[in-house]
Amino acid sequence: MFDVIFLQFLNGLDKGAAYALIALGLTLVFGTLGVVNFAHGALFMLGAFCAVVVRKVLTMETITVDPNQLSPWGTPLEVRTPLVQAWLGDFGAVLVNYSVPFSILLTIPVMLVVGIALERGIIKHFYRRPHAEQILVTFGLAIVAQEIIKSIFGPNSIPQPMPTDLRGTADIGAWLGMQAGVITYPIWRLVYFLFAAVVIGAVFAFLQFTTFGMVVRAGMADRETVGLLGINIDRRFTIMFGLAAVVAGMAGVMYTPILPPNYHIGMDFLVLSFVVVVVGGMGSLPGAVAAGFLLGILQSFASMTQVKALVPGIDQIIIYLVAVVILLVRPRGLFGRRGVMEA
Amino acid sequence: MAAMPRNDLLLFAGFTLAVLTMPIWLAPFGAAYPDLLQRFMIFGIFAVGFNILFGLTGYLSFGHAAFFGVGSYAAVWSFKLLSLDVIPAMIFAIIVSGLFALVIGYISLRRSGIYFSILTLAFAQMSYNMAYSVLTPITNGETGLQLTQSDPRHLDSALAATVVGQPIPTLLGQSLGGFSGFYFCAGFLIIAFFLAQRITGSPFGMMLKGIKTNQTRMHYTGFNTKPYTLAAFVISGMYAGLAGALLAVTDPLAGAERMQWTASGEVVLMTILGGAGTLVGPVIGAWLIKYFENIFSAINDGILRRFFDFLPDGVDSAMVTVASKFVGEGWFLTLGLVFVIIVIFLPGGIMEGVRRIAHLFNRAPKAPGKANPQPQPAE
Amino acid sequence: MTILKRGFSRRRVLQTGMAGILATGITPMIFSRGAWAQEFCNNPTGDTVTFGLNLPLTGAYAEEGADEQKAYELAVQHLNGEGDGGLLTLLQPSALKGNGILGKKVAFVTSDSQTKADVARAGATRMIERDGAIMVTGGSSSAEAIAVQGLCQEMGVIFMAGLTHSNDTTGKDKRRYGFRHFFNAYQSGVGLAPLLGQEYGTDRRAYHLTADYTWGWTQEESIKNATEALGWETVQTVRTPLGTTDYSQYLTPILNSGADVLILNHYGLDMVNSLPQAVQFGLRDRQANGKDFQVVTPLISELMAKGAGEAVKGVFGTSNWHWNLQDPGTIAFTKSFGAAYGSPPSQAAHTAYVQALLYADAVERAGTFYPPEVIKALEGFEFDGMGNGPTLYRAEDHQCIKNVLVVRGNESPTSEFDVLNIVQETPREAVAYDPAIFGGDLGPAEPAPICA
Repeated sequence: MFDVIFLQFLNGLDKGAAYALIALGLTLVFGTLGVVNFAHGALFMLGAFCAVVVRKVLTMETITVDPNQLSPWGTPLEVRTPLVQAWLGDFGAVLVNYSVPFSILLTIPVMLVVGIALERGIIKHFYRRPHAEQILVTFGLAIVAQEIIKSIFGPNSIPQPMPTDLRGTADIGAWLGMQAGVITYPIWRLVYFLFAAVVIGAVFAFLQFTTFGMVVRAGMADRETVGLLGINIDRRFTIMFGLAAVVAGMAGVMYTPILPPNYHIGMDFLVLSFVVVVVGGMGSLPGAVAAGFLLGILQSFASMTQVKALVPGIDQIIIYLVAVVILLVRPRGLFGRRGVMEA
Repeated sequence: MAAMPRNDLLLFAGFTLAVLTMPIWLAPFGAAYPDLLQRFMIFGIFAVGFNILFGLTGYLSFGHAAFFGVGSYAAVWSFKLLSLDVIPAMIFAIIVSGLFALVIGYISLRRSGIYFSILTLAFAQMSYNMAYSVLTPITNGETGLQLTQSDPRHLDSALAATVVGQPIPTLLGQSLGGFSGFYFCAGFLIIAFFLAQRITGSPFGMMLKGIKTNQTRMHYTGFNTKPYTLAAFVISGMYAGLAGALLAVTDPLAGAERMQWTASGEVVLMTILGGAGTLVGPVIGAWLIKYFENIFSAINDGILRRFFDFLPDGVDSAMVTVASKFVGEGWFLTLGLVFVIIVIFLPGGIMEGVRRIAHLFNRAPKAPGKANPQPQPAE
Repeated sequence: MTILKRGFSRRRVLQTGMAGILATGITPMIFSRGAWAQEFCNNPTGDTVTFGLNLPLTGAYAEEGADEQKAYELAVQHLNGEGDGGLLTLLQPSALKGNGILGKKVAFVTSDSQTKADVARAGATRMIERDGAIMVTGGSSSAEAIAVQGLCQEMGVIFMAGLTHSNDTTGKDKRRYGFRHFFNAYQSGVGLAPLLGQEYGTDRRAYHLTADYTWGWTQEESIKNATEALGWETVQTVRTPLGTTDYSQYLTPILNSGADVLILNHYGLDMVNSLPQAVQFGLRDRQANGKDFQVVTPLISELMAKGAGEAVKGVFGTSNWHWNLQDPGTIAFTKSFGAAYGSPPSQAAHTAYVQALLYADAVERAGTFYPPEVIKALEGFEFDGMGNGPTLYRAEDHQCIKNVLVVRGNESPTSEFDVLNIVQETPREAVAYDPAIFGGDLGPAEPAPICA
């Protein structure tokens, strides 16, 4: 029994890290710009497709048609030779193998540009509009983004293999001095957990220890006063939007080996990330992280057969049930501030 | 009726006329077939009801599809257990969805703003997930609840009525397929519209608008706003239940998908697209979205090729390639673009566009600029 | 204008006139039905006849839908005598002439079902009411198929189901107007079990993860029965919510549960997500009870295998059909499809194509579009040459009885389409079953008076 519970705890941490990472950007945008960003899921999706693009480029092949041979379905046989390996040899093979982590290098600039363009182009005009309109316009943008991705990449999931060295499982039980082979966990998921922890830590450190972050935090607390002090808070907030997009995009990239990306994954995560943000308290960064881990762990334990035997179907509703209970007990979520989004 | 202001009366008469003549004026648009017309009516009712909550009080519910679905399930169960007649089914559905709304509203209305939205969303998603899996004995899960010949139908069997063939809902023995189904639903839309109009103009409606403008001030003046918002919530829940029941009447199948959050989101989109807080806006929004969903999604390359036939050869195939991205399976892209454009340029929805155009033609000084406050969809 | 005319047809006027005559559920229709025995829903009067294609063009099964659409377009071309003729000449016995159906040119309309039962029904209604579809076909989920075939029964329009695998489609929810060429979960179980016994032995302990809805439950039951008959033990069956993206919390309890086989009763995106994750959790690298741990996916398609990537290598499952079969029908269809679209057809495309041809052939044999006659022509029809070997359209439940393919994920694919290998064809005698075991009632063949 202990091994099952321990493993579920690991699952909860892993899930929680993913939830927290997605919710972080959402709550960052809300806390700084006061915008309810329904396109956040789409940013996650766009990040994931950065990985797809990188892999497609790295695995580019020269196709020579051999007219003498026919494929079983009657078209001339295509002979494919991979390009990157041909040019770069072993290094090319390593590049292809590590395409997912490498795609982060592309994702950061791309998502930064996408985020800033989005903010400057459209969202800027919605600061003083009602939240309902912000929701609608960002939701519309999310639909447009996912439909464009669909028309380019098709509707099917596109598997992204993880690096061969990071496949397989790590024997955590053996590390802790228990019997070998009982508590094992996929290495990639541990990598994802560490990655999420590092990113979350970096965002907090950035806000806590840099002048830029200090100004942003001051702006979150009282935008007008900061503006009166002669600081161009708008520009900093724009950069924060870009940063949120980068965080969402990176979360998407690193998640691709676990969940083969398709055009729809953004929507799948949207509702969930909103629940996480609201449970944590709108605009609260520690709240988003705490709520992410809370929901992740509870969801893992609710899926255990023993729990489901007590409450049938609990794994279907646990997330929402927790959200309801927390909002009724703590009106503004775990770490919410008074007066935010209660108009 | 007597106390109705002239403008309201005109609006009501115009609306009634427009609805009843739909089979004629929609024919050139390819939408004058009974099933779509029925859907226009049903989702019109849904949106009108949603607007009573959202447009008047400003409470944005993300879970109204739950009431819609509960209405459908209740109606189908009435067909199965009581009678194939639609009257008991509709009454039953409205009562059940009203009670359901009472419970959910009572809990959710303890919070406001986005916290209220998330609470309603959570309840609706719970209902959907349960209906799809654990509650399958009641909802028949994935497959949806359908009528079968072997249903008990206690009321019908007490009256010794028998059914031959596939059972279908009837109104006093008359089948409601095709255009009779449309007029049946149209009648309800007109009644629903009339009631919504009366509610908006009543002291109760004023109270709701007061809550939307400034709830705190209402509190300070000594009003307990909760009963009013709860009443609005339950009324709009009953509207949703009515719409769900009508969908089950015209098509006796209740599936869990109609409770999913995307369905709740759809009615929000309808209302805002048309113009929240206005009477006609939500209905127009509903019609537009259903039109898109049904007509745009069915346009394929063949139809496009015929449409662009008049163009020179190379150009027409290029046009087909471009246009096909936006119709057929790409209709969602068009919908997304329309939303973005409308929200950016016409925040009050289509009704604001109408008002602006009317304003162009009618530069009478009596309405100085923005004196007619645009509906402020609340947060 | 035609719509309006249809709106005020004789039947409608009669119905309206009779409003309120009887306050109970009886309509006088039953007495007068014989009077227009040959007047039925969408009787084609012009020189074309329209098929209604109800396809998931958006949503989780959009790729299946797109493939089905290609197949239908091909079938329509072939029926009209265009293209290379495809399987037209290979169907035995065949009444097809390649000049349309009963001399009428075949046209089609499409509707996006979004893989939702509600939307599928609305689409089918539109194609029947507005576009005058004589037959509705397509779909890629059992919920859709069952919902649409219920509607078609009401309307009196024949429904030729596309991809639907639930036992219910031709079991407890079977309809006189619904026909299924695709196989079902029961046949998957019976077809797969002998091979599993052969490969993995008869003393295995199985752990099921099952999508928590009716299709999943029927498949779980079928596979469970078939494997237990083999001598396997079922350790546990766990339900997972439909649309789960992360299966970690369902996978870790398997590790030390004492099971040595994982059976994934998932379909579509659920499978695309769960299978790679199961492999990532090291299940296939494990040893349990002194044996290698195995993963089995009872229903698998090329499209799912593509989405699951490398995880599918070596995994057993069943399919309705595969383009790599070597009979003349399969070769001709694969060639025809490949020439038109540059890729081999999926099993969804194949079943769609065959269904369209079978309907056309039944109409030709019946000599009329009148549905009850067409139904009679399809019921009990024994045919061959369509790639599945000799096939029977069983009269009792409208289920095609034919060979079931056991497939295995290809260890060394030569192209992106070459993801599955055929391991064995389980003969149809082995997968036939008594139609009574699933209950259900086909209902009447007489068209109901609802089609306005």
